[in-house]
Amino acid sequence: MVVEEKAIIETENLTKVYKGQVAVDHVTFKVFEGEVFGFLGPNGAGKTTLILMLLGLTEPTEGMARVLGVDPVREAIKVKGLIGYMPENMGFYNDLDAIQMLKFMADLNGLPRHIADERIEKALYTVGLENEAKKKIGAYSRGMRQRLGLAELIVKEPKVAFLDEPTLGLDPDATNKMIELIENLSKEQRMTIILCSHFLEMVQKLCSRMGIIIKGKMVAQGTMETLAKEKFGVDSEEYTLEEIYMKYFQEEA
Amino acid sequence: MHGLKVIFKKELADHFSSYRFLILFSLICMVSLIIAYMVSMSIKNEMKDIAKPQFVFLMLFISQGGLFSFVQFVAFFGPLIGLIMGFDLINRERNEGTLSRILAQPIYRDAIINGKFLAGVVTISIMIASIVLVITGLGLILMGVVPGIDEILRILVYMIISIVYISFWLGVAILFSIIFRSVTTSALAGLAVWIFFSFFVSLGANIVAKAFVPDAGPDNLEALLKQITIQRAISLSSPIVLYSDATATIVDPTKKTTRSFVFVGPFEKLSSERFSGPLSLHQSLLIVLPYIITLIAITAICFAISYIVFMRQEIRSA
Repeated sequence: MVVEEKAIIETENLTKVYKGQVAVDHVTFKVFEGEVFGFLGPNGAGKTTLILMLLGLTEPTEGMARVLGVDPVREAIKVKGLIGYMPENMGFYNDLDAIQMLKFMADLNGLPRHIADERIEKALYTVGLENEAKKKIGAYSRGMRQRLGLAELIVKEPKVAFLDEPTLGLDPDATNKMIELIENLSKEQRMTIILCSHFLEMVQKLCSRMGIIIKGKMVAQGTMETLAKEKFGVDSEEYTLEEIYMKYFQEEA
Repeated sequence: MHGLKVIFKKELADHFSSYRFLILFSLICMVSLIIAYMVSMSIKNEMKDIAKPQFVFLMLFISQGGLFSFVQFVAFFGPLIGLIMGFDLINRERNEGTLSRILAQPIYRDAIINGKFLAGVVTISIMIASIVLVITGLGLILMGVVPGIDEILRILVYMIISIVYISFWLGVAILFSIIFRSVTTSALAGLAVWIFFSFFVSLGANIVAKAFVPDAGPDNLEALLKQITIQRAISLSSPIVLYSDATATIVDPTKKTTRSFVFVGPFEKLSSERFSGPLSLHQSLLIVLPYIITLIAITAICFAISYIVFMRQEIRSA
């Protein structure tokens, strides 16, 4: 579908040893422009650590990483300006309202006031929080907080967004809304998205390619079809992502 | 630089809109007003029918109206202001998950700690300045005495020392909020340090000095002097003692040494009384300069440690 594929994220043998334990073990992969790439793996497999290294929040023990051609270790500030990050436990200042929070984040990114105001209004409308914009975030439900997190990404307009468990603990309705919004980010905002999730249905629906990480190692990566072919030797049509994932998981763990 | 500005602005707004600050501020205001009122009433009574002595205005800050003077009050209570303002600055953000999110934005990591410390110092400065102004105003009205230039300058120096002193405690609190993940633990650690320095050090200094020079007594003056020297050296390790001595000398021009007169021999006393005129501000400053520099130094050291620990810490959301 993409004529000239440009690698947005590139790693080579990326390794992180944390307190004597290997959290990420020689991971090599690429993510291309406009892609939605999914990370699958059990809890504690090293997905979050991998993301933190790409963000320049943690230094890798070994290996190389490039995000948009920039080294996140040496030019952490530059990388942080180009990417958006939505962590698993999204923290907000509970005594601010949505607009104040988004303004604060826009300020940290050095957005000029008039551009920020415009984007904030648009973002709140896109995620459906325009009526709750003046409410303190402390009074928000989990679904609303996650949507506010997405609004932040829309305001920042990064080239790449890392979403860590965006649907964790959401009810079915909120989950669907979330999936729609992520799709919107990818299609309309043309963001490259890295998605970490245990909700395989969503990963199957959104991601063009995925990587399976078990015990810090990237054991497989590719499209649904390649993953299925590798393990079952047939087309993916007959298997859901869950079955494929479980197969990998049972073999590796 | 722009990250520092944004963090600074937010922290300052946080301080001034928090209930914690409002309660703290009204508490200090209340106590200071009571002290100023009582002191100025008693001074007014004593000044009846006599010529106005020098430096009456400074009496507002140093005379013990009821229980303690304003200077003593700040020496004792100031640490609590700093500790209360700072004990959860970093670990609360860590626990709520906002720290990792701010750090994922394009700002330098030190902008966070610098901004927080700076906002705290500015808040403390505004607090001290407004309280001193309130006391001065009340004193003007109640006593009807106008402070001279020298007195105003002394009050200014006093304010600066107080700001450094409380900032030191803010630094201690920030250090604990970086080291300890739990907000309660860091608050308790700060309290422990405060109690250690306000009660334990002076008591400990006494005990240690007695242990070193057990045969000190009125008939062994040399040993007594040695004992006092040791005791003083140990108690000077407390920032509270440093601050009390420095401010007492600055605010009271008749004080010529940071030592108490009890320890001065009869002839020394006689000779110093021959020159019983007040010291000039310049002279007072010379006496307390080492104290002020030490206070600034320990504040800087405390902040430097916080800075290094914070810059080296791994950022993990869980």
